[in-house]
Amino acid sequence: MIDTATEQALPADAVEAPALWRRWTSGFWRHAAPVVYGLIAGGVLLLILGKNPVGFYWTTLESGLLTWGGLMQTIIRLAPLLLMSAGFIVAFQAGLWNIGGDGQFLMAAALVGGLGSYMVDAMPYGLALVLLCVMGFVIGGVWTIVPSFLKAYYNMNEIITSLMMAYLGINLANLLIKGPLLTTTSFVPQTNVIPFDYLLPYLPGTKIHIGIIIALVVLAAIHYMQTRTGYGLRLRILGANPKAAVHAGINVKRDIMTAFALSGALIGLAAAVEILGVWGYVRADWNPAFGMSLFAIVFLAGLNVMVVIPFVFFFAVIQIGGHEAARQAGLPNDFLLLLIGLVLFFMVLTEWAREKGWPRMGRKTVATVSEVRAEEAVDNG
Amino acid sequence: MDSIMSADFLAAVIAGAIMASMPLLFAALGETISEQAGVLNLGLEGMMLAGGYAGFVLAYWSGSSWVGLLAAILAGIAVSLLMVVFSVRMGRDQIVVGIAILFAMQGLTSLLHQVQFGESYPRLGEAAMLSIPGLRDIPVLGILFNQPAVVYIGVALIIIVGWIFLKTNFGLNIRAAGWKPVALDNAGVDVIKIRTIAVLVTGALAGLGGGYMAVVTAGIFVPFMTHGQGFIAIVIAMLARGRSTWVLIGSLLFGTALSIADGLQLVGIEVSTDIVNMLPFVFVLLALVLFGRQSYLPAALCIPFERGKR
Repeated sequence: MIDTATEQALPADAVEAPALWRRWTSGFWRHAAPVVYGLIAGGVLLLILGKNPVGFYWTTLESGLLTWGGLMQTIIRLAPLLLMSAGFIVAFQAGLWNIGGDGQFLMAAALVGGLGSYMVDAMPYGLALVLLCVMGFVIGGVWTIVPSFLKAYYNMNEIITSLMMAYLGINLANLLIKGPLLTTTSFVPQTNVIPFDYLLPYLPGTKIHIGIIIALVVLAAIHYMQTRTGYGLRLRILGANPKAAVHAGINVKRDIMTAFALSGALIGLAAAVEILGVWGYVRADWNPAFGMSLFAIVFLAGLNVMVVIPFVFFFAVIQIGGHEAARQAGLPNDFLLLLIGLVLFFMVLTEWAREKGWPRMGRKTVATVSEVRAEEAVDNG
Repeated sequence: MDSIMSADFLAAVIAGAIMASMPLLFAALGETISEQAGVLNLGLEGMMLAGGYAGFVLAYWSGSSWVGLLAAILAGIAVSLLMVVFSVRMGRDQIVVGIAILFAMQGLTSLLHQVQFGESYPRLGEAAMLSIPGLRDIPVLGILFNQPAVVYIGVALIIIVGWIFLKTNFGLNIRAAGWKPVALDNAGVDVIKIRTIAVLVTGALAGLGGGYMAVVTAGIFVPFMTHGQGFIAIVIAMLARGRSTWVLIGSLLFGTALSIADGLQLVGIEVSTDIVNMLPFVFVLLALVLFGRQSYLPAALCIPFERGKR
C-alpha cells in the first residue's frame, strides 16, 4: 500500500513505457496472486467434498460473465458495490474504521424506498430520482455523525460506535418499513413499490440501469479528490499519522467529521442506486450485507479506488455466477464466504512473504522507487 | 399490570435473560482478555460459530452435552490459532485477519452442516441442569439456582478473570502487552507469548459461548446462528474496558434486551423485537454522547508487536 503511494509520486515522464508495462503487470500479479491461491485452495476443498472444482468455477464464469444475461446482472450489481467500496476507501484512507456500512446502507435504502413512490407521484420523475439519490447520499452521511463526533471530540474508538450505529440502523430501518413506511397495497411487510417505469433508466440497448455510470463518475471524482486535491492529501496524512496531522496544523476534527460523512454518504448513495435501479421497494428484514465482504475487497485493492474496480467486478462475477454454480453443485451459497475468507488469508500470507523477501519472485514485485530508477538506468544504457 | 408483576412472568424473564446472556458473557469475557493484551479479535463471531458447530456435532454423536462443550472449547482454540499465527506471530493486520476468520468460519460451518445434516436437522436432548435444593424453591429468584450447570461456570469465570486481572502478575503482563508492550519486553517478558496465550483463551471462551448457544440454548446448530452476537460481545468488551464485572453487567443488559420481547409476548404484550433490540444500543450511545469521555482502549490495540521495532 505504501509503494502505490510512492509510485504515484513518481513523475510520469520518468517512467519509460517498458518499465510502466512491467509495473502494471507486476502490480496486477501482486494483487491477483492471493485470489488465484484462494481459488485453488477452494478447489481442493471442493475435490474433498466430491465436487468437480473445474466445473464449479466454469459454471461461475459462464453464468456470471460469459452469458449476456449474466454479464448484465454482474454489471448491475457492480453499481452499488463500487459506490460502497469508494465509501469505505475514503474512510479507511483517513484511518477511520467505518465498520457500520450496513446500517448506513439500510437506513438510506428504507427511506429512499419508502418515500420513493410518493416522490415520483408528486413531481416529474427525473427530478424525483435526482432528489431521491441526494436523499440517500444525505441520510448515509447523517448516520455517521454520532461515531465521527465521538471520534473527533472524545477520541472514542469508531469501530465500536459505528458498529453500534449499524445495529441501530438495521433495526430502525426495519421498524420504519413495518411502521410509517409500510405499504398500503399489500400484506407483505414492505414499502410501497415504485412503478417499474419510474426506476432509473436503462443504458440504450441493454437492461443495465445507469447506476453503473453514476458509480464510475463518482469513483473518478474520488480518485481526483484523493490524488490531486489538498483535502485528499490531508486525509491521507490523517490516515498515515494522526499526530503528524495535528502538528502539521490540519484541522483534524473537521477532517474526521467530513471524511466519515462522505464515506457514509457514498454508501447511502449506493443504497439509493440499488433501490431505484433494481428493486423499487424495500422488504422488511432485507439486508444484503455487502459491507463486510467489501472491506476485504478494498484491502485487496490497496485502498485505491481505481484498482478496486477489477476486484469488485471479479467479486460481482463470483456473487452472481457463484450463486448459480453453488445451486447446481448442491452446495450452500455460503461456500462463497469461505472462498472470500481463503482469499483474505492468502492475501495476508503473500503480504508477509513479500516483506520477508521470500520467495524471490515475491520480492521482485515490490517495485520500490529506487528499484524502478535502477531498472530505468539499465534500460537507458 | 399485575400480569407483568406476576411471579411466573418475572421468573420467565430472568430465565430468558440468563439464557441469552451466557453466550455474550463468555465471548465478551474472552474478547476482554485479548483486547487488554492488545489484540482486537474481530473474528470472535467466527470462533463462536466454530464452537457452536463442533459442540453440536460432538454432543450429538456422544450424547453428552459436556463432551459437546469441551469440543466447542477446542474448536474455538483451533480457530484462534489462525489469529495467533497471522496476527500475533506474523504481525498482519488484525482487522483483516479477523474478517477473514469470520467469513471462513461462516462459510465452513454452513458448508459442513449442509453436507452432514442438510436433510435431517437433528436435535439434541436437554443439557445437564444443576439445581440447588432449598434455594431453588425461593419464589421468582429460585430460577437463579435452577440453571444449566455451565451457567455457574460462567459466573465463576467472571470472578476468576477479575481476580487474575487485578491480583496476579500474569494479569498485569496481559495489560502491559496491550498498553505498553515495549515496557513489558524490556522487563524481560515475552510479549508474543503473552498475546498468544490471551488469544488462545479468547478462542476457548468464544468457542464455549458458541457451544452454549448450540448445545444448551437451542439444542440444534443452524448456520449463522450467532446473528451478530459476536459483534455485540466486542461492543460489551470495549465498553467494559477490562473489568469483568462490567462484562457481566453488559452481557446481562444486552441479554435481557434480546430475550425480553419473548417474555412480554407471554403476557400478551406485543412489542416489536426491532425496538427491543435497539434499546441497549440507544442507551449506550446516549450515555457515550452525554457523558462523552476519552475511551480507555489499550494503547497498543491493533498494533502488531515486533521486537526492536519502534
